[in-house]
Amino acid sequence: MKAFTQHSGLVGPMDRANVDTDMIIPKQFLKSIKRSGFGPNLFDELRYMDEGQPGQDCTHRPVNPDFPLNLPRYSGASILLARKNFGCGSSREHAPWALEDYGFRAVIAPSYADIFYNNCFKNGLLPVILSEQQLDVLFAEMYADEGYQLTIDLVEQTVVCPNGERFAFEIDQFRKDCLVNGLDEIGLTLQSAQAIKDYEKTRAAQQPWVFGAIK
Amino acid sequence: MSQTTVYDKLWDSHLVKQNADGSALIYIDRHILHEVTSPQAFEGLRIAGRKPWRLDTNLATPDHNISTDPTERAAGVAGIPDNTSRIQVQTLDDNCDHFGIKEFKMNEMGQGIVHVMGPELGATMPGLTVVCGDSHTATHGALACLAHGIGTSEVEHVLASQCLVTKKMKNMRVTVDGVLGAGVTPKDVVLAIIAKIGTAGGNGHAIEFAGSVFRDMSIEGRMTVCNMAIEAGARVGLVAVDEKTIDYCRGRKFMPAGESFAKAAEYWRTLVSDADAVFDTEVHMNGSEIAPQVSWGTSPEMVVPVTGNIPRVEDQIDAVKKKGVERALEYMGLEGGAPISSVAVDRVFIGSCTNSRIEDMRAAAAVVEGRTVSDSIKQALVVPGSQMVKEQAEAEGLDRIFIEAGLDWREPGCSMCLAMNADKLGAGEHCASTSNRNFEGRQGNGGRTHLMSPEMAAAAAITGHIVDVREFTGDQS
Repeated sequence: MKAFTQHSGLVGPMDRANVDTDMIIPKQFLKSIKRSGFGPNLFDELRYMDEGQPGQDCTHRPVNPDFPLNLPRYSGASILLARKNFGCGSSREHAPWALEDYGFRAVIAPSYADIFYNNCFKNGLLPVILSEQQLDVLFAEMYADEGYQLTIDLVEQTVVCPNGERFAFEIDQFRKDCLVNGLDEIGLTLQSAQAIKDYEKTRAAQQPWVFGAIK
Repeated sequence: MSQTTVYDKLWDSHLVKQNADGSALIYIDRHILHEVTSPQAFEGLRIAGRKPWRLDTNLATPDHNISTDPTERAAGVAGIPDNTSRIQVQTLDDNCDHFGIKEFKMNEMGQGIVHVMGPELGATMPGLTVVCGDSHTATHGALACLAHGIGTSEVEHVLASQCLVTKKMKNMRVTVDGVLGAGVTPKDVVLAIIAKIGTAGGNGHAIEFAGSVFRDMSIEGRMTVCNMAIEAGARVGLVAVDEKTIDYCRGRKFMPAGESFAKAAEYWRTLVSDADAVFDTEVHMNGSEIAPQVSWGTSPEMVVPVTGNIPRVEDQIDAVKKKGVERALEYMGLEGGAPISSVAVDRVFIGSCTNSRIEDMRAAAAVVEGRTVSDSIKQALVVPGSQMVKEQAEAEGLDRIFIEAGLDWREPGCSMCLAMNADKLGAGEHCASTSNRNFEGRQGNGGRTHLMSPEMAAAAAITGHIVDVREFTGDQS
C-alpha cells in the first residue's frame, strides 16, 4: 500500500452533509472487476450533465458548470474538504478507489461513516477529522483564496494552513502506523498465524458446530 | 461474566489477540461473497500467491448485478447481454471454482440476495461473526450474530487470514416498548428509529434492538430492522436470542442437527444482555405511537408518518439541515407542506434484502389480492429475495395473486434496490419502494424513491399514489 507521511496540495470542496457512496461512485461503475480507473467517474451524477456508462471515454462528456470541482481553480486538487457523515451508505470500496484515482490523497471532514473511514486506510487515502468549526474556517479560507493549499502531516498529526495556523487531529495508532509505513495488513495478520490456529482449536472443541458446516 | 451486552459477549468470544496499539484481531466464522465486491479481493490473493485460510466458512452467490427477467435469466450466465455484467458474474463463478468456495450459482436452488440466503440456509447461526462486502450485512444480527459489512480489502483479508483487524465499537440499545398498531410493520419501526436518531446517530456503535416490540416480532421482521441499522450509521444491529431464534434455526440446511443442535442451542440461549449490562447510549421509543412511515427526501432520515406532511424549508432551524431539506425537495420535485399521501407514484418495487422474504411476499399479496394495479403505474415489480422464497411463494399461489393484480413476478436478486441491472427508475419518476436507500440516483439516475413497507407499497400500486394502508384495508388501529 502507498505510504502517507506528509502531503501538501490544492484544496477542493464537497460542501454538503451526508455525501453517500452512491454519490461518490454510482452503481453502474461497480461492474468493473478492476481496482483502478474510477477517477473519471468520481461524483459522476453531479459532475456531468448526462448519464455515465462504464468504459466510456469521459473527456467529451458535457460537464456540469455548477459543480465546484469542475471549476478551473480546483483543477488538480488533492485534498477534499467535506461536511459531516461523509461516505455514508454502501460499503463499496470503489468510493475511496475513485477518490484516490481522481488524485485525492486526503479528505478533511467533521465525521465519516464507519465503513468508508475504514476503507480509506486500505488505500493510502487519509481521512482527517477536524471539528465543524475548524471546517468552517478552512472552507471560508479556501473560498476566499484561489490556489488555497494545505499541508497535512500525518506523523505530527497536524493540518497546516497557509498562514501558519495548525490544527491537530486524532487518529488510531494502528491505522497511523499502517499508513505511515505503507504496511501490508494481511502480511501483518499472518504473522499471528499460530495464534489464529490456537484460537480455532479451542473454539472447535467448545463449539464444533461452527466448523465444517458449509460444504 | 456480568454487566455484559450481547455485543460484548460476541466480541469476547471472537477475540484472537488484543494488540498494544488498541487494535484487535477478531475471528470471522462466516464470510459471504457476491459478484460486485469480491473480484478485486480474489485478484489480490492471486497476486500475493495466497490461498483462502479455510473453505468451510465461505459462501458465495451472485445477486447485485443479475437480471430478474425470467427470459433473460433462463439464458444463463452466457446469455447476460451486458458485457461488463456478464464478465463480473462469470468471474465470481470462476473464482469460486478455482479456490473451491461453495457457491450457489445464478439459477441454482439456494441462490438469493446474500442477506436472505445466509439465514434461510442456516449458514448464519447465533453466536457467529458474519461478514460480507455489503453494508446490509447487519441483517444477520437478527439471529444474535456479530454481523457487519466490510470493504473489498477486508474481503481479501478475511479470505487470507479468517480474521479482521478492528476496534471494539460502543454499545447502543434502542428499546421500543408497547404494541404495534394494525398495519404497522417492522419496516415502519426501523424507519421511525432512523428518523429519530438520524443517519449518523449510530456511528461507531453496535445497536441492540430491545423491548416488547422486538420480542413480539418474527425473526424475519427482526431481519428487516437489523438490515437498516447501517442507515442509522451503525455497522452492527442485533437482537438477543429467544425461543423464536432457536425455532427459526431448527432444521435448516447448514445447521447442526440432533444432539449437536441441542448443545448449540444451550449456548445460544446465553446470548442475551445481562440485566445490569451498561450501554454507552440508550434510546427509548413507544411502539404504540408509530404509524406507517414514508420517506419524502433523499436520506433515510427524511421520513414522515403517512398521515403527515412534507417538511417545509422555512420550518428548519439548523442552517445545514435547511440546505439539506431545500436540496432534497428540489431533487424530489415536491412542495413543502403538502400531505405525503398526495404524492403520485410511477413505479412500485417490492423486494431487496430489507423486504423480500416470504412474510413480506404474503403481506403484499394480501393487500393486492382481488384488486388491480392503477392504470397510472408504469411498472410494479415483485422480486422474491431468493430461489427458496420464490418456490415457497409459488407453492402458496402468491405469484398468481400478484400477476392477476397486474404486478410483475420476477427472479431473485437485488434488482431495483440499487439498479445495477435493467430494473431502474427513469429521471423524475417516483417509486414506492420497500428497499433501504433513497439516495439521489440510487434507483436510477434522477429517480425519486419513497421508502415504505411492503403493505404500503402494495397499496400504492393499487391507488397510484402514496396511501395509508390502514385506510385502504379498513384496518384502523
